Parts: sequence; C-alpha cells; structure tokens
Amino acid sequence: MNDRALHTDRSGVLTRISDKLWRNPRLTILLLITLPALWLGIVYLGSLFALLVQSFFSIDEFSGLIIYEFTLKTYGELFTPANFDIIVRTVLMASAVTIAAAIVSFPIAYYAARYARGKWKAIFYLGVMLPLWSSYLVKVYSWKLILAKEGILNWLFETLHLSWLLEAYLSLPIVGGNSLSVSSTGTFLVFLYVWLPFMILPIQAALERVPPSMMEASGDLGATPQQSFRHVLLPLALPGVIAGSIFTFSLTLGDYIIPQIVGSSRRFIGQAVYAYQGTAGNIPLAAAFAVVPIVLMGGYLWVAKRMGAFDAL
Amino acid sequence: MHSDRASTKLKVAAGLGLSFMHLPIILIFIYAFTTEDKSYQWPPPGLTLKWFEVTWNRPDVWEALTLSLKVASISTIIALILGTLCAAAVSRSRFFGREAISLLVILPIALPGIVTGISLRSAFNIADIPFSFWTIVLGHATFCIVVVYNNAVARFRRTSGSLIEASMDLGATSFQTFRHVILPNISTALLAGGMLAFALSFDEVIVTTFTAGQQQTLPIWMLEELVRPRQRPVTNVVAMIVVLVTFLPILGAYYLTRGTDTVAGQGK
Repeated sequence: MNDRALHTDRSGVLTRISDKLWRNPRLTILLLITLPALWLGIVYLGSLFALLVQSFFSIDEFSGLIIYEFTLKTYGELFTPANFDIIVRTVLMASAVTIAAAIVSFPIAYYAARYARGKWKAIFYLGVMLPLWSSYLVKVYSWKLILAKEGILNWLFETLHLSWLLEAYLSLPIVGGNSLSVSSTGTFLVFLYVWLPFMILPIQAALERVPPSMMEASGDLGATPQQSFRHVLLPLALPGVIAGSIFTFSLTLGDYIIPQIVGSSRRFIGQAVYAYQGTAGNIPLAAAFAVVPIVLMGGYLWVAKRMGAFDAL
Repeated sequence: MHSDRASTKLKVAAGLGLSFMHLPIILIFIYAFTTEDKSYQWPPPGLTLKWFEVTWNRPDVWEALTLSLKVASISTIIALILGTLCAAAVSRSRFFGREAISLLVILPIALPGIVTGISLRSAFNIADIPFSFWTIVLGHATFCIVVVYNNAVARFRRTSGSLIEASMDLGATSFQTFRHVILPNISTALLAGGMLAFALSFDEVIVTTFTAGQQQTLPIWMLEELVRPRQRPVTNVVAMIVVLVTFLPILGAYYLTRGTDTVAGQGK
C-alpha cells in the first residue's frame, strides 16, 4: 500500500510543472512577482507618471485649454504669493499637528509599552487600534458635533461659566475665528485627533525595545527621573517619534477634507489641488501642487532614514 | 522612580489621551438617538429610535452601502492575490529589484491619498477610461495590497523553509505543498490582512472622490452630507452603523493574529 506513496507517478502535467519550478527558483520568483509588479507598475507608477507629465504642461489663460508643451511656467505659479501662502500654511499646520501628536502620544505609548500587562495590554492595544481603524469621515463628523455652536464643548464652557475664556481665545488672530468650528484651532484639533494613533503605534514599538534595566541603571547612577527621561529614554524613542511623524506629516499635507469641513476659508494644499482640478479645470497647476507634498515627503523621508527611523517601523 | 509602578502623572496623562481618542466616538453613538433634527444640540433634548426606521427606508443609503460592500469585496480579493504573491516572492529570496518592489508596494499609502487620487484621475483622462465600478476598484485594490502584503510577509518569515523542503522531500509537488503546508501556515495572516483591506476600502474617501465619477460609495454619501447636510439624524445613524461595521473586522483581525510576533493592523 505504501508503494504508491513512495513511487509517486512523476509524469503528470502538474508534477512536471512543479519539478520545473523547484529546479528553477528564479522562474518561480518571476512567476510570483510578475502579476503584482505589473499591477503596481502600470496602475500606480503609470498614474504617477501621468501626473508628473501634466505638471509640465500649462494652461492658456484666455481659452482655458491645456497647452501640451513642456514648460516650467506652471511650477513658477506655485511661487505667486497666494499659492506660496497655501504651501507655507499647510507645512506649518503639518508641523504643529506632528509636534502636538508626539506630545500627546508619548505617555500613552510609554504606559502601554512599559507598564501595561495582560488584560491592560490588550485594552491599550485595542484602545489605539479601534480609533485608528474607525471611519475617517465619522471621526471628522464627530468633531463637527463637538465644535458646533450648540455642541458639547460650548455647553461645557457655559456650564463652567468660562464662556468668556473661549471668546477671548477666539478673538485672537490666526488661531481664532467666529466659532471653534470655523477656526484654524478647530482644524488643528481634528487633524490631531484623526492622526494620533499613527503616532502612538511607532513610539510604542520603539519604547518596547528599551530594556527596563536601562532606566534602572540610569537611576542607579544617580540620574533624576527627568534626567533619565531626557538622556536615556528620549534618544531611544526618537526613531519611533520620527517614524510616527512621517505619517502625521504626510497625512496632513495631503488632506483636503478636514479643512473643508472644519476650519476657516483659508486653503490648504489638498484643497488647492482639488479646486484646481475640479471647477477651475487647471489640471497642470493641480498636478504641480500635488508634486509639492511628494517633494516635501521625499526630503523628509531622506532625513528620517538618516536618523534611523525605519528600524522602528 | 520605582520600576514596576507607573507614576500618577503618567497614568493620568495616558488616561486622558485614551479618553481623548474615544469620547468623540462615544458621542456619535449618543447622537444617533437624539430627537433633535435641526441642530447638533447638546445635551440631546430626548432619545428616540425613530431615526433608525427612517434610515432603514432610505434607498440612497442602501445603494451607497451596497456599492461600498461590492467595491470592498472585489478590491479585497484582488489585494489578497497580489499581496500574497508579492509577499511570497519577497520573503523567499533576494533578487534583483526586491527592494524596489517592497518600496513600490508601500508607496500608495506612504504618499498622501490626494496624490494617488489625482494621479489615477489624470491617467484615466489620458487613457480615455470612463468612470465606472472598476475605476473605483482599481484605486482601492492598489492601496489595499500593502495591508495584505505586510501581514503575509511577517508570517512567511516565521514559516520555516525546512517545512517546505520536508514536504517536497516526502514527494509532494509544489502545488500540494502550497495547499497542505504553506496555506494552513499563512491562512490566519491572510484572513487578518483581508479583513483589514476590507475595512480600509470600505472607509476610503479621498482616492474615491477622484475615481468614482457620479457614483456614491457610503463614505462619499457621508461626505456629501457633511458638506451639505440634508437630514442630520440619518447621518448620525449611518455614522454609528459605519463605526460598528468597521469595528468587527478589526476585532476579528486582532484575535486572529494575537500572540504572534506582529499583530495585524499596525500599518494602516
């Protein structure tokens, strides 16, 4: 009975294909990789290339038609005061969100990495994971509810008799506005809320690799907790912070929905791209605008790589 | 600082941070039951189940939901196939262009969604492809590949090569080995990756606005309501349902990969 198992028939078509594959690992790799490489190469790289090409065209100011000739004129338009303002504003917002996210994330990540055990570990893990994966639009929507004039935040200020404080804050230039939901503070809060989990996870991953004995050694050698934090923990956590900042920075740069729903009428890069390609029909300028985050992220990733951030991903 | 007890300051900061992340979502659940239909008044003047019935009878919600589910299912299937193939190739050996491939897979989510979106749209324009169900799927599948890939690659690394060699030594063909040795080893990782890909596609809005044309997926419907609110209570109910629908695959993926070296879901 075992005879059959030992002398399996090696002449079937499938068997022959299988033998060939086993003898030719390169052929196997080629077969495995062809389909995904084609998909990503054609659909994704092809599209990116199409975008890049469009950004070198320009638009005829009178007819509104695209002139299919190589020019750098469209890129030049990025530096007109109005457009350059948009870029600066977006980068400032992305930086502010990134810094705030790092500060808010650190205690959560540190507690989860260092102290949470067993059941609490799972609670912290899901506690970060569920907001990360719950619907982006619903999260934005929830802030519309919170920041609305008749919403919970104003109610809270009123109940605590602190409305004057809120009003004083809103009368400030730049961060203020008519109400929280149309101020850049509102935009900032929503960005911070929506991207926060993207910062927590890499920091936590970096902190889990710091052996507790390091902190103990630092303490034994006479460092105060503040000194241990500053000179031992923070440098070791930095790659995680940078990894997280890649997400928060990149996501803020490209978002056009949050500032459209919560915020003032001052535009961000994403909104500019959306408006130029849509109603304005100026696809070359939209494409050139879309290249801005790519270039910024390219530079950012290059710096991050040099600081060793990718080891924490 | 004693090593095994967190300081109160740290506990408070971590607790506050976690509540900051969850209170807004809880608020959505409360608003789904409010009787107020003109504004976002807090506290709700009363609670009612009426809006669930109203939502149930809205054909536009059902159409958007069906389209979203269809797109998510097909994109997930494509992403599962391409992601697994890619992971198998990358984890099996080193070959020319391996680094490039692993970068290429990550690029669609590393670059801002608007870049992916407008790229696809300009490609459709140039190639004269009209917007359809498949243009949405094309975009979604592209950025879903990475989720499957991440999960599969981690599992392939843990699956020892000697298992495969043993199977082949015992006379199994490559296909039998795949069916009886590799697949059982990677199945939970694939299932988790698939669930996450589904959740990612079900929720995607930025790329979709560029590739959908006039069609409405549920997130697009939601966005429309956010920009020009028509019936706020219906939006509240839909928001709550969307949260519940995305929680299930996430919890599922978590339990499937719990206790392995890489838990699913970290690389959204």
